[in-house]
Amino acid sequence: MRPLTNEPCLFAKPTLLIRKFSFSMSFEVPADVEAKVDERITHYPVSKRSAVLPVIHELQHHFGFISEPAVEWIAEKLELEPIKVLEVVTFYPGIRQSAPGKYHIRVCRTLSCAMAGSYELMESLCETAKIDRSGVNHHNPIAVSPDGKFSIEFAECLASCGTGPVCLVNDDFYEAVEDAGELLGKYK
Amino acid sequence: MSEEKSDLIDVQINGEWHSFPKGTRMIEACRLAGFEVPHYCYHPKLTSPGNCRMCLVEMGMPPRPRPGEDPPEPDEDGHVPISWIPRPAIACANTIAPNMGIRTESEMTEECREGVMELLLANHPLDCPICDQAGECSLQEFSVEHGNGQSRFREQKVKKPKNVDIGPRIRLDDERCIMCSRCIRFMDEIADDPVLGFTDRGSHTTLTVHPGHELSNNYSLNTADICPVGALTSNDFRFQMRVWFMKETHTIDTNCATGCNVTVFSREDKIYRVIPRRNDDVNSDWMPDSHRLNIHWIDSEARLTDPLIRDEDGKNHRVANWAEALQRSAEALRDFDGGEIAVIASARMTNEELLITKRLVKQLNAGHVDVVPRVGEPDGYLISADRNPNTNGAKLVLGVEDPGASLDQIKDGIAQGRIKALICLQENLVDDAGFSAENLGKLDFLLTSYPLANPTAEAADIVLPGACWAEKSGTMINGTGRLQRLNKCIDGPGQTRESWEIVRDLIQALGGGNGIYSATELFAQLGDEVSEFEGITFGQIGDLGIPLIETDETIPLLEREAERKAQGLIVG
Repeated sequence: MRPLTNEPCLFAKPTLLIRKFSFSMSFEVPADVEAKVDERITHYPVSKRSAVLPVIHELQHHFGFISEPAVEWIAEKLELEPIKVLEVVTFYPGIRQSAPGKYHIRVCRTLSCAMAGSYELMESLCETAKIDRSGVNHHNPIAVSPDGKFSIEFAECLASCGTGPVCLVNDDFYEAVEDAGELLGKYK
Repeated sequence: MSEEKSDLIDVQINGEWHSFPKGTRMIEACRLAGFEVPHYCYHPKLTSPGNCRMCLVEMGMPPRPRPGEDPPEPDEDGHVPISWIPRPAIACANTIAPNMGIRTESEMTEECREGVMELLLANHPLDCPICDQAGECSLQEFSVEHGNGQSRFREQKVKKPKNVDIGPRIRLDDERCIMCSRCIRFMDEIADDPVLGFTDRGSHTTLTVHPGHELSNNYSLNTADICPVGALTSNDFRFQMRVWFMKETHTIDTNCATGCNVTVFSREDKIYRVIPRRNDDVNSDWMPDSHRLNIHWIDSEARLTDPLIRDEDGKNHRVANWAEALQRSAEALRDFDGGEIAVIASARMTNEELLITKRLVKQLNAGHVDVVPRVGEPDGYLISADRNPNTNGAKLVLGVEDPGASLDQIKDGIAQGRIKALICLQENLVDDAGFSAENLGKLDFLLTSYPLANPTAEAADIVLPGACWAEKSGTMINGTGRLQRLNKCIDGPGQTRESWEIVRDLIQALGGGNGIYSATELFAQLGDEVSEFEGITFGQIGDLGIPLIETDETIPLLEREAERKAQGLIVG
């Protein structure tokens, strides 16, 4: 099972968490986000179910990840059983089920970058940000630093094969990254 | 073939030409032509996603001439030579086309099957010796027929959740799952309770329920029936008995007026499980959990196994034999006028039993006859509001016009001393018909027969052990007016007898006629006394029953399936 936390905290635990079945935490979607969601749904007049992916994107954009209450919220919104939303959430590695850090780093590991040293870059980024990737597995691709500032994962091709290794920090793109300390230093 | 000629389409299957209606799926055409196409995900009552790939076949179409080239000359039957497509096609979701060719036994088809089997088995655990599905597992069967004797897979198998408690009656083993999605589609399309789904799609695809939700629908056990492997098993049946040791009997469910067709699995007079049997006019391919699990009382401690006679002290019962019990009953009954005798039979009895009960009523000239009605909430699927299996039989054969209408009169009659003797057949009057033990205590004579010990039996002078539904043969008429056969699955415990035997012997002890040796003989006599049965033979009813009378009842689940069939969503 993929880990899932119901706590909207910044510190996702790297070890497997047991899914919790009851939610005392209140989960609230701000009115502006809900308005965007409602607008997205109007794009699919035949079947609300088709809006599941765009709605997930809206919520992930706001919350940073899709928590269990978020899955339930989407299901209610689209008049689906929650399992039908969870199916989609668990399919895409890009949809996170646990909270990332304040800055989320994606390191390309596709062939050109791998040959240019992306694995070494991953190691030095983790060392600098004190991230422990030992808990990373098929179901849990993200590791978060203990202070919650950085999280990291491998990504597939970021479309700059001539200038590897490349990585993304949130939406900022970096090419031919050599010094992890210098890169992370830009983020306070 | 001209369009106005007919809606039949000519298809060549393994070299022979056949005609099938337009819209027939390739897999059904092959089946009708006598060739089995192995499959996992396809089910005629569910939509066809075509995801297991097991039904791949070699397919060909009429050749398409190049520009300027003449189309090929049809032969004398109007068929043109088939040009075979080098790519296989799934037979389950594709429909036939004119002049199509299908090969289910070609080298390419065999190769496809072997390849699909190899992939399905790559991550499948080799736990057949402890798997309940062994012996009725499609994966096992097709592995023998189409698989390779050896595995080339040297890697680690993918680990997935095992022994998962996904609901009160179903247990899940994800490693055994071959992702055919039949269970998901059943819950989505038939049970309208879409709690199942696949998470982590990809190499780790996992069947699951949503956290905090469970598969608790009253139709959940059907998912275990349609699961082609041992991924979903019944909590009630798992580890109880190997399927190949059991005897299979085709009979009907008696928990409500729908009369779901079932197969009963038994061994050495013990029933281990009941599963639905396909009948498109009654229960499609399904049945409710509550009905199929209602079997454990049959071999319970509470079964009555011997005739009992009330002791001289009037308090306790002692074990007797049939001759004594029947003799005592006849002697006691002779002392009453017909008007002082009431007979309460059961709409759980077969038509044959009701017929002979009618003769008993006549013999005794009994003034009061009724059956006990059972009414519940219909579930909108297969469970009928009438929880008696043969109310129509009670009306038609026994002649009870309004079941339950005279029960209050009988109660009052007993209270006022007008009714002095009561014969209660296959009913428990205290628990099911609102009689009080005090009321029954006022009777001079009470005879009761029932499978289980019960408060009515406690108040009775003579208690006769009756066979239950699984221990007798006969016919019943379901809510829609269909005549169906009840077949004996097991022998009853101890000295139990079928109700028709009990009533026959009682009539004989009273000095009436005899000469009936089987329920089928009684069935043959039904035609003489009830016009609806005229000309019908026992054999004619068969496994699937025949429509006998018109009623205004319908089965909601069947109506919805007919709709889906009309829309072309399912084969039906």
